[in-house]
Amino acid sequence: MAAGSTSGTPAGYIQHHLYNLTYGRHPDGSWGLARSHHEAADMGFMAIHVDTMFWSLAMGALFLWLFRRVAVSISIESPSRLQSCIEAIVEMVDKSVKETFHGSNPLIAPLALTLFVWIFLMNFMDLIPVDFIPHATFLAGIPYMKVVPTADVNATFGMAFAVFFLMIYYSIKIKGLGGFGAELAFHPFGKALLPVNLVLELVSLFAKPLSLSLRLFGNLFAGELIFILIAALIPFWLQWALSVPWAIFHILVITLQAYIFMMLTIVYLSMSHQTH
Amino acid sequence: MNINLTLLGQAISLFIFVWFCMKYVWPPIMNALQEREKRIADGLAAAEAGQSKLMEADQRLTDLVSEGKQQASEIIAQAQKRGDEIMDEAKNAAKLEGKRLVDAARAEIDRERMQARDQLKNEVAVLALAGAEQVLMREVDKNAHDEVLAKLSAGL
Repeated sequence: MAAGSTSGTPAGYIQHHLYNLTYGRHPDGSWGLARSHHEAADMGFMAIHVDTMFWSLAMGALFLWLFRRVAVSISIESPSRLQSCIEAIVEMVDKSVKETFHGSNPLIAPLALTLFVWIFLMNFMDLIPVDFIPHATFLAGIPYMKVVPTADVNATFGMAFAVFFLMIYYSIKIKGLGGFGAELAFHPFGKALLPVNLVLELVSLFAKPLSLSLRLFGNLFAGELIFILIAALIPFWLQWALSVPWAIFHILVITLQAYIFMMLTIVYLSMSHQTH
Repeated sequence: MNINLTLLGQAISLFIFVWFCMKYVWPPIMNALQEREKRIADGLAAAEAGQSKLMEADQRLTDLVSEGKQQASEIIAQAQKRGDEIMDEAKNAAKLEGKRLVDAARAEIDRERMQARDQLKNEVAVLALAGAEQVLMREVDKNAHDEVLAKLSAGL
C-alpha cells in the first residue's frame, strides 16, 4: 500500500492522490478527460472536476433523500431512531438560526441545514481510507479520483460564492442599492474619509467568502494530506498507529468545520439583513 | 489547484439543494416538531388541570366524610335519646298496668270476701234457727219466724 498502486515513489503516490479527474476542452479544441496533471492545467477554466461534482452531488442527493424520507413518514407520536436523529439535527440548526438571525427569511434555516449536512457528508468522505475508492476506480480505468469534494478549492469556493451572492442580493433587497452603497462608503469613519472607508469595507466584504471557503478547504485538504502521507510513508502494518488517532480527531474536525461554515453563513446573512 | 467550471457547478448544486430542502424537507419536519411541542404543552396543561381537579375532589371528599361523620353522630345521639324515652314510656306504662292489675285483684278479693260473708251470714242464720228449733223443741211457725230471721240476718 505504501507505494500506492499507480506510481513507484511516495512522491508520485502523493501527487496522484491530489489530482482531480478533469473533463474539459483541450487546447486543440477537442473535449475529453485530462490524462495528466499538465493536460488538466492546460484546459484552464473550461473544465470540470468530474470526481468533485460526482461525490458532492451524491452526498447532496443522499442528504435530501434521507431527510425527505423522514419528512414524508414523520410521526409525532412514535418517532423512529432515524427520525429522532434527524430531528435533533434540524432542531440544532433551527436553534442556531433563531439565536443568530433576527429577521424573518424562510430561506435562511433550510440554507443552514443544507450547508451543514451537505458539508458534513462531503467531509465525511475523508474518513474512508484513502486508497479504497481511488484504487478501485483506477482498476476500472479511471486515472484520477479525489473523493473528498471539500478538499477541492472549487467546491468550497462554489459554496462560498453562492453565499456571497445571497449576501449581496439581500443587502440590496433590504437596504436598497443606495443603503448598501452608503454602508460601504460611510463606515467606519464618516463621510470625510470616503475612499478609506470604501477600501476597508470592500476588503472586509470580499474577505468573508474568501475566509469561508479557504477555512473549510484548508482544514479538509490538510486532513486529507495527512492521511495520504501516513499511507505513503509508513509501512502498512504500522499505519493504524497514526491513521486511527488522526481519524478519531478528524471526526471532530469535519463536524466542526461544517458547523463553522453554517454559523458564519447565518452571521453574514444576518449582517446583510441589518440596517444601521 | 485549478479554478474552473466546478465552482459554478457547486454553486448551482447548492442552490438546487437549498430549494429542494426549503420546499420538501424543512416544512414537514418543522411542522411536526411544532405540532409535537404543542401537544406536549397541551398534555402538561391537561395534567395540571387534572391535578387541581383531583385536589378539589380530595377536598370535597374530606368535607363529605366529616359531614357524614357529624350526621352519623347526631343520628346516634338522637336514637339514644329516643331509646331512653321509649324505655321511660315503657316503664311508666308497665307501672300503670301493674297498679291497675293490683287494683283489679284487690276489688275481686273484696267482692269475693263480701260474697263469702253473705253466705256465712245466711248459714249462721240457718244454724241459729236450727239451734232455736232445737231449744224450743217444737215446730214453730216457719213463715212467722222467717220474717224474724230475715230481719236478724240483715242486722248481722
